[in-house]
Amino acid sequence: MPLSDLHQRKRAKNVTVAGILLALIVLFFVITIIKLSGSPAAAGL
Amino acid sequence: MSNTHFEQIELTDSPHTASEDARVADYFALLKPRVMSLVVFTGLAGLALAPGEINPFIGFVALLCIAVGAGASGALNMWYDADIDAKMERTRTRPIPTGRVAPAEALNLGVTLSLGAVAVMALAVNYTSALLLAVTIGFYLFIYTMWLKRRSPQNIVIGGAAGAFPPMIGWAAVTGSVSLESIVLFLIIFMWTPPHFWALALYRSGDYEKVGVPMLPVVAGQAETGKQIFIYSLILAPIALLPAFMGFASLLYGGIAGVLTAAFLIFAWQVWRSVATAEGPQDRLTAQAEKHARKLFFYSILYLMLLFAALLAEGVFDLRAITGW
Repeated sequence: MPLSDLHQRKRAKNVTVAGILLALIVLFFVITIIKLSGSPAAAGL
Repeated sequence: MSNTHFEQIELTDSPHTASEDARVADYFALLKPRVMSLVVFTGLAGLALAPGEINPFIGFVALLCIAVGAGASGALNMWYDADIDAKMERTRTRPIPTGRVAPAEALNLGVTLSLGAVAVMALAVNYTSALLLAVTIGFYLFIYTMWLKRRSPQNIVIGGAAGAFPPMIGWAAVTGSVSLESIVLFLIIFMWTPPHFWALALYRSGDYEKVGVPMLPVVAGQAETGKQIFIYSLILAPIALLPAFMGFASLLYGGIAGVLTAAFLIFAWQVWRSVATAEGPQDRLTAQAEKHARKLFFYSILYLMLLFAALLAEGVFDLRAITGW
């Protein structure tokens, strides 16, 4: 059954929010790894 | 903040229907992506030019925070200006005036992204760049949008500082400090903003007049605006060359900036002459003057892009070493 326009819009928004959350998880994970590596240049200090 | 302002916003404030109508693209449009791209580009130039090292990923995070902060400012600006955006030709199709996004949603988005961008900048990059980002967002919302825009013809002169901070933030992301070189980068954009916006305001003055925004052409007339455009362009000229004279850019940059700025001055001069010598009513721009104003406006965008592309190349390829300057 084809999704209505409203459902399609809601689905697109939900997928976008999920994508942003996933990207944030990856972002914070990589930042943590870099900060834990400890070198001043890596830490941006 | 007048009561009328919020009464007018409330007319279009129907969160339930608006959020159902909204597409992802509407929320993205709230972030003013075209402005965002220019902001990121100038921030990248500051980041590349700064002495010292930064982890490439942390550099990317810094740029992301600058982009998100700029987008948040755009959303907050659209939230506050929804009443006048609805009446202006250039802005009437924005997501809030058309009712696709509710003002409250834009406010929530703007506040959330602002706090997020500043917090991530502070935790992942450094406190100086986070502070500068917070000042930029606050300056754009409180000083420009809420205070000056509807009250003073100097709105974009002072408010332009908000758009001038990104290269300084990029520089601070690497060095953790503010230096004379980053202040020069700030000044380039600060002095570029008035001629850029007044060129637009010249051929859009009817829009601003309709909503009571005291842009210079509305308050002081076309001839005075043309004169001010040329004066600010004259001040911009030596500042655009300063990176080469101060030694943090090469002679090659100096040459490129010289040629680009000469063209800027010529176009600014053409605008001034065309509005100063125009016959007929001063509230209407002649076809010739409009042509020159449009040319200056679009060239000014190209000018800033090319100038900062040259600065970016300086930072990436270290042209000072290659050209021996």
